Amino acid sequence: MTGDGCGAPAGGAPVSAARDVGGQAVVQGRVTQNGSAVAVGYARLLDSGGDFVAEVPLGEDGGFRFFAAPGSWTLRVLAPGNVSAERVVSADTGKITELEVAV
Amino acid sequence: MSRSDVLVDADWVEAHGGDPGVVLVEVDEDTSAYDKGHIRNAVKIDWKADLQDPVRRDFVDRAGFEALLSERGISNDDTVILYGGNNNWFAAYAYWYFKLYGHRGVKLLDGGRKKWELESRELVTDVPQRPETSYHAQEQDPSLRAFRDEVVAAIGNRNLVDVRSPDEFAGRLLAPAHLPQEQAQRGGHIPTAKNVPWSKAAEEDGTFKSDDDLRTLYGDAGLDFSRDTIAYCRIGERSAHTWFVLHELLGQPNVKNYDGSWTEYGSLVGVPIEVGDAK
Repeated sequence: MTGDGCGAPAGGAPVSAARDVGGQAVVQGRVTQNGSAVAVGYARLLDSGGDFVAEVPLGEDGGFRFFAAPGSWTLRVLAPGNVSAERVVSADTGKITELEVAV
Repeated sequence: MSRSDVLVDADWVEAHGGDPGVVLVEVDEDTSAYDKGHIRNAVKIDWKADLQDPVRRDFVDRAGFEALLSERGISNDDTVILYGGNNNWFAAYAYWYFKLYGHRGVKLLDGGRKKWELESRELVTDVPQRPETSYHAQEQDPSLRAFRDEVVAAIGNRNLVDVRSPDEFAGRLLAPAHLPQEQAQRGGHIPTAKNVPWSKAAEEDGTFKSDDDLRTLYGDAGLDFSRDTIAYCRIGERSAHTWFVLHELLGQPNVKNYDGSWTEYGSLVGVPIEVGDAK
C-alpha cells in the first residue's frame, strides 16, 4: 500500500488477508506479450460509457488490480510501441475477477 | 500566460534537463518508481515524507520547505521541472505547493512519467549530487489554498468543482477504484459542486488537452467562468491537477485548491452533503 494518499501502486494495491475481498469487487490480472510479462505499461479501467475511472502502472509481473463497483467495465492496456488492448469484464461484490491480457 | 510558461515536453527535457539553472524533480507518493529508474539528472521529492507534516495534517511549514529545497540543491533562481506518475497528480500538487511558497520558475513535464515510459525514453538509476543551497521561501500565498469554512461558505456562491470519478461523486465509492474502499467517512459530494473528473482534462498519454477542449469541458459542465472557483477531490492532488488546468493553462483568476478535500469535508459534523449522480 502507499499510505493514505490516492496514488496507484505498481500492479495495484494488494488484497490483504486482513482486508479480505469482503465487500470489494476486485478486477485483477496480468498483461503478457508472447508469453512474457509486460513490466512497463499501464492498465486503465473505463466505465460502461467508456469514461476513464482508474489507472495503475503494471507490476514487474505485468500485474494489475482494481477495486471497482459491481458492473461491467472495460480494461484498457497501454504499453510502449503504441501497443494497446481492451477487454470487457464484469465485476461482482465479494469476488475477484481474473483476466489475462495478451497484447 | 502561454503553455510554454508552465509546460515543457519530453524533447525539451532531453535537450535541457542537464542545463545549469534547470532542476528536474520527480514527485511521487510511492518513490520506489524513482529508485528503479528516473529521468537523468532528476532528484526526487516524496509527496508524503517530504511535503506533509509528520504529526499534524498540514504541509511542512515555511522553514521546513526551505530546508527541503536547500538540501535537494534547489536555488530560488532555478527553473524547476516537475514530473511524476499517476498522470502528474503529485507533480501538479508539488507545482501548486511550490507556487504557494512563492517559487517563481516552475513547470510541469507534459505527460509526466507515463508518456516518457510509453515512448521508451531513457531512465537511469544514477542519483545526481547537487550542492546544498540556501533557499528562501515566501509565506504561503492564501489566494491559492482553500480551507473548510471557506468551502462551506462557497456553497451556492462560487464554482465548486469535484474532480473525483462519477462513482465517488455519487457516493458509491469512497476512494479511486485502484484503491480499497475502506474509508470511514460519509460518501457523496458538496452541494452545488459540478463533477468534472480530472481525467477528462487529460489525454490517454497523460498530456493536457487543448485550451479549446478544456474550455468546452468546464463550460459544458456548468462552470461559470466569471466566478471564483474551488477545486477538491479526496486529498487534494487530483484537484491540484485541475487547479493547474484552470489557473495555469486557462488563466482563470481566483482558483483555489481545497487540499482538505473529501477526507476532511466528508468527516465534518453538520455540513450538508448530497449523494447521487450529477444533475
